Amino acid sequence: MITLQAVYALAGIAFAAFSILSVRDRSNSKRFGNVAFWGLLAVSFLFGSIIGDLANGILVLALVLIGGLGLIGRGHPPTTSPEERRASAVRRGNWLFVPALIIPLTAILGTLFLKTAHWNGHALIDPKQVTLISLALGILIALGVAMLWLRPPLLAPLQEGRRLVDTIGWAAVLPQMLASLGAVFAIAGVGNAVGQLATQYIPLDNSFVVVAVYCVGMALFTAIMGNAFAAFPVMTAAIGLPLIVHKFGGDVVIMSAIGMLAGFCGTLTTPMAANFNIVPAALLELPDRNGVIKAQIPTAIPMLIGNILLLYFLVFRF
Amino acid sequence: MHELWPLVGVAVVVVGFLVRLNPLLVIAAAVAATGWGAGISPDQLLRVFGKAFNDSRYVSGIWIVLPVIGLLERSGLQERARLLISKVHAATTGRLLLLYLAVRQISAAVGLLSLGGHAQMVRPLVAPMAEAAAESRYGDLPKKIRYRIRAYAAAADNVGVFFGEDVFLAVGSILLIKGFLEADHIIVDPFALSLWAIPTAILAFLVHGTRLLLLDRKLARELKKKPDSTEKAAAE
Repeated sequence: MITLQAVYALAGIAFAAFSILSVRDRSNSKRFGNVAFWGLLAVSFLFGSIIGDLANGILVLALVLIGGLGLIGRGHPPTTSPEERRASAVRRGNWLFVPALIIPLTAILGTLFLKTAHWNGHALIDPKQVTLISLALGILIALGVAMLWLRPPLLAPLQEGRRLVDTIGWAAVLPQMLASLGAVFAIAGVGNAVGQLATQYIPLDNSFVVVAVYCVGMALFTAIMGNAFAAFPVMTAAIGLPLIVHKFGGDVVIMSAIGMLAGFCGTLTTPMAANFNIVPAALLELPDRNGVIKAQIPTAIPMLIGNILLLYFLVFRF
Repeated sequence: MHELWPLVGVAVVVVGFLVRLNPLLVIAAAVAATGWGAGISPDQLLRVFGKAFNDSRYVSGIWIVLPVIGLLERSGLQERARLLISKVHAATTGRLLLLYLAVRQISAAVGLLSLGGHAQMVRPLVAPMAEAAAESRYGDLPKKIRYRIRAYAAAADNVGVFFGEDVFLAVGSILLIKGFLEADHIIVDPFALSLWAIPTAILAFLVHGTRLLLLDRKLARELKKKPDSTEKAAAE
């Protein structure tokens, strides 16, 4: 059976290549920082399940220090000039889109059809991880097609991958770090503490105030945790079920559906949701780390107000 | 008050981000503070954090897309995306992003979450197209405008997927709601949950769609229409 381990091995090999190719890149004065950073990540992906919790902890600490203290820089791998790219774009035409579109198409088809695929009576793919595995499959197919068609130098995909990963820099591990912080928060009981705060200090005897506190609480707690999934159980147990549903007789389905979406308004506004907000800023080479968030806040605020009103007018009616 | 001590880590995160320290250092400090507040020993805390990081590797798995995207960029993918859009005269930055918002939202609503994403779609295709639509109208763009258009391209992807995915009944958040309520002996139908996500989905399309069309007006106001498009091409 193909599991996530296969995807991790693939990623580990890619990170190892980024690390090794950085060694000789003299254009980057901090190149040994890059070697160490991508090298440690390669160790994590290749051997993380073997080396034990303490070694993983030390590895994370090292990543934090290298990335956090600015010890990694940006390499300049060999690539094509803007003129060569323009000429290639004109010569090759819209066919260039095909390999790029193979990736999402394979991911979609794989998600739809591979979940139940069997071979010799065994499941072919871990059904719980079918999306990421299908995505990896799409990437491999696209890579094969592109290599055969474009005939670049053999190392080109790894050098180009290094060019992009160096653009992202330490932000590449930020979403994973934040997910880990969420796990530490959960173990320490942060959620319960927030729920207690919300109920102890806010007057909750008016149904509109309760709805507003629930939605704003979902958005704020989501902004702090970077994830509405962490906020929903806390806010719903503290305010949603006891007050909106049991005290004021609201509909539990409507409350949950719209409450979760109120949380998503918080996701639009927070650097804690790094994979949605900080990573794209790095990928798009924006000088302002919060550029994407600034473009989203004017949507997030009316959406939060809209969700409060929708919830208030729908939840007590059905 | 004693049970509120773990919140000290939350405070560290909020302050750290507000004073714009490096987020990796902020996270490490928050982990240390949370562990201290909750009375977890440093040694144990390092193990917990290491295990959590190892268990979260799927989050960074997406980076295996970078070699193939980089390879296509090397062969002119972004330039091709620009060329394609510059031939469509009706295309404006706002209308193009509105179309992407609609496609992203609708495809997410039927469960096709992989059709999009910042590394696969926004950087190589959507952002260059959105920039090209403005360029073919107004010529070379000031850096500030260029960055703003890119930020809007990323925002369209996020808004589309956030307020589309919950209309699909097998998505993570719907399953989380169902599981959480079940633990409280409340049985809900995932279909009903996804149905009640529709009003917000429509509202999100109206709000963000309006902003995208306003972006066109804003761009028109800030950038004068360029006098002659062939002149610019010749100068390049």
